[in-house]
Amino acid sequence: MRPVATTRSASGMPTGRLAIWWVISSEIVIFGGLLGAYIMHRLAHDAWSEQAAHTNTWIGAFNTLVLLTSSLTAVLGHKAADEGNGAKAAKMLYCTMAGGATFAVIKAIEWTIEIQAGYTITSNTFWSFYYTAAGLHALHVIAGVVIMGIVAAAAKKNQELHRVELIGLYWHFVDVVWIFLFPLLYIAK
Amino acid sequence: MSEEEHTHHGDYVKIWGILVVLLVVSVVGPMAEIQWLTLATAFGIAVVKAYLVVVNFMHIGATPKFVPYLIVVSVLFMVLMFAGVAPDVMKSEGHHWEKPQWLADEAAHAAAQAAGDTGAHH
Repeated sequence: MRPVATTRSASGMPTGRLAIWWVISSEIVIFGGLLGAYIMHRLAHDAWSEQAAHTNTWIGAFNTLVLLTSSLTAVLGHKAADEGNGAKAAKMLYCTMAGGATFAVIKAIEWTIEIQAGYTITSNTFWSFYYTAAGLHALHVIAGVVIMGIVAAAAKKNQELHRVELIGLYWHFVDVVWIFLFPLLYIAK
Repeated sequence: MSEEEHTHHGDYVKIWGILVVLLVVSVVGPMAEIQWLTLATAFGIAVVKAYLVVVNFMHIGATPKFVPYLIVVSVLFMVLMFAGVAPDVMKSEGHHWEKPQWLADEAAHAAAQAAGDTGAHH
């Protein structure tokens, strides 16, 4: 028996895809609230630029490149799944997972350097926002990598190929969030 | 996925190349340390990059119309939150409302401490 996510299409598209767009819509409110609060405080407090000057632009830029590239492999996996090529879709998802893992490792190294330099989540409001926003995003990256592993394992056996698109949509959203976090936390100094 | 949606796939590698070029511009642009150029290159380009990902990788154009509306409504909620809260955060010197007493006490305490610190240095 096929799951409802693939068989029902009351809204003009498969229910699974609809569900992911709902998730994304909810996530926009979560991250939007956080980023909106950051922007208004940043604009109101010029002193934050002195704190922001301590973030490493090159690390942020490299992580942006990693996520953009992982989005490319995610969409290529989606294309392969559409063509019924589960093995290739799984391969592309594994590449995407490698991108996610690279992002998380670099983030861990970056945070270690910053914490050792004395910039912790309790240092001041800028660093509170920094660790909260980047940390929430990193949790999404880790969750995406785990789910992608489950989807890729099934795709490799040519099973549940529609899920490749669904996890891809989530991953692109995580990429879009970082596209906005990068200039806010690393460029505006 | 329908045949119509297949037409939206486009050349993904080309889109990725454009995204990387935009990333380079967003890093190099602010190095000039000109405020308007920083805003344009960092934040303007972020909007363009997000648009490219949503349209070309997420294929939002191939979804039923209510999906883009759903996303726009979520963004509008964010703008609404900003508009509702920003005056209090960004215009603390406003005259048309009263701050809670504990905020005034806190500000007075901080001012007294700052004055004490300055006195100690002298």
